[in-house]
Amino acid sequence: MPSPPAFETFAHDADIGVRGRGSTLGEAFANAGRALTAVVTDPASVREVLSVEIACEAADPELLLFDWLNGLVFEMATRRVLFARYEVKVEGARLRARAFGEPVEVARHHPAVEVKGATWTGMRVAREGGVWIAECVVDV
Amino acid sequence: MDLSLLKRRTELEWVIEPRGKMRVPGLLFASEPLVRAMDHKVFEQVTNVATLPGIRAASMAMPDAHWGYGFAVGGVAAFDPDEGVVSAGGVGFDISCGVRCLRTRLTRADVEPKKKDLADALFRAIPAGVGSRGRIRLSSEEMDRMLRGGARWAVEKGWGERGDLERIEEGGQMRDAQPEAVSDRARARMRDEVGTLGSGNHYLEVQEVAEVHDTAAAEAFGLGVGDVVISIHCGSRGFGHQIGTEALREMLDAGRKHGIDLPDRELACAPVRSKEGEHYLGAMRSAINVALANRQVLTHLTREAVGSVLPQSDLTLLYDVSHNTCKVETHTVEGKPHEVYVHRKGATRAWGPGHPGLPDRLRPVGQPVLIGGTMGTSSWVLAGTEAGMRASFGSACHGAGRAMSRHQALKQWNGKQVVAELESRGILVRSPSLRGVAEEAPGAYKDVTEVVLATEKAGLARRVAKLVPVVTIKG
Repeated sequence: MPSPPAFETFAHDADIGVRGRGSTLGEAFANAGRALTAVVTDPASVREVLSVEIACEAADPELLLFDWLNGLVFEMATRRVLFARYEVKVEGARLRARAFGEPVEVARHHPAVEVKGATWTGMRVAREGGVWIAECVVDV
Repeated sequence: MDLSLLKRRTELEWVIEPRGKMRVPGLLFASEPLVRAMDHKVFEQVTNVATLPGIRAASMAMPDAHWGYGFAVGGVAAFDPDEGVVSAGGVGFDISCGVRCLRTRLTRADVEPKKKDLADALFRAIPAGVGSRGRIRLSSEEMDRMLRGGARWAVEKGWGERGDLERIEEGGQMRDAQPEAVSDRARARMRDEVGTLGSGNHYLEVQEVAEVHDTAAAEAFGLGVGDVVISIHCGSRGFGHQIGTEALREMLDAGRKHGIDLPDRELACAPVRSKEGEHYLGAMRSAINVALANRQVLTHLTREAVGSVLPQSDLTLLYDVSHNTCKVETHTVEGKPHEVYVHRKGATRAWGPGHPGLPDRLRPVGQPVLIGGTMGTSSWVLAGTEAGMRASFGSACHGAGRAMSRHQALKQWNGKQVVAELESRGILVRSPSLRGVAEEAPGAYKDVTEVVLATEKAGLARRVAKLVPVVTIKG
């Protein structure tokens, strides 16, 4: 059986869900970030020409995922960038990350939609069979 | 939705009898096929909202209701000022998202030979899609003035005409906005987004009046068959999204602190009379002003673009509605006038004839209720009714609602085909994203006319005119 994808989006009525998997919580969060990019464009079309540091803190891993994804939404919106890859470290309640990407180029990225924000719908951070899963529905 | 869970009160009214922690009944306004097609989640969400403290009369769903965040999209709920709550999930992320409709003094015959030039001029003038920026850069003082002033601020800055203001809800300026309740991050997201359309289901459309169903109201609205109008659908951009996001986080704690027992975390709310509730209301009202200012600036850009192609045009505002709001209004509850906090999430205010809040010219016929359709189908202008004032706190539907996910739409259509197919039917589409066009393909939405007919039959609003697209600028 093929292993499940590291990141994917899933259908949710008018909105869309993002899901990341990884051997660590940080890796699952990084992959949830790639799924967030996939809502907007094909992550493979995004080059790595700049990087942005993001940090957040929340004791509950679900709150941390909420803050992490909303942190990315904020950076994408205010810097007009898309991210290809993330390095995420989660230590206790603290998350520190670097996101690598480039400015939006409409002709090449064909960005479909802006993400308005992460929500509590379908919010789940769990470890199953040794794999971390981080997922929720985002409002578009 | 399973019809056996509901009690049919009239042909178009379906009641969820109070049970468990429900404080009031649920009430769905829809035809039988529309109720059947609704997701069971709508039932759950209408039921959950009915448990919130201080809710009055009923937890309602409009004919286009679908699964939303906490509250169903198409949800209407009114709360008592002293016992009730305010909920960010009851307003939605895109605060004060709405539609405005401009009359042009042009006919289809005037526009047809210049259609391509008009489409290109509008596409150049209107910043649309992901990553687009507006022409305006705001200092923090100017930002505060916009947050307090709304469309009135925009008109004072020269983006519009005085006469526009009376044709906007609240006279173009939401009172009691509190810029001090707005975070730096929300401000950062708006710094260069004033006068941008956004993406997703937001659009600017040149439309032809295809049918008139109520001659007297159409005349009062200045609409006749063959006339060309322009509709703009967008909201408070990143500003509203940021305020919504922050409120979801803050209200989680507020609910707990005030002992509100929630059946679902998505319903996070705060008492109207609490620090957290007032904070959200102050920020949310600022976002309403941002949306009103944004649509006003877009109107100015539209006037310039249309004037450059068709100098004989004269764009005047028919009306501007917001369909994601919480507003303080007076309604009759249990036979007495009562001040309530009406949450309309994906629902349009639809005040009936005689309402003192309407401008003189519109008061005899009721408020124009602007219903957006999809690129290939139709949009509608309705008018508010007295029956709707009694039945639904003066609220009606807001649009077609999606019939399938973006995922499914993307599998089924390709953007180029959608554009070509629409062009063969005389509709020109301009969009920065072909993927976006595919995700918003007309077939991905429900039939807006079915929704509008149910709204009329339920007495919430009456049909005035049907609009069909000529040019669509898609974000």
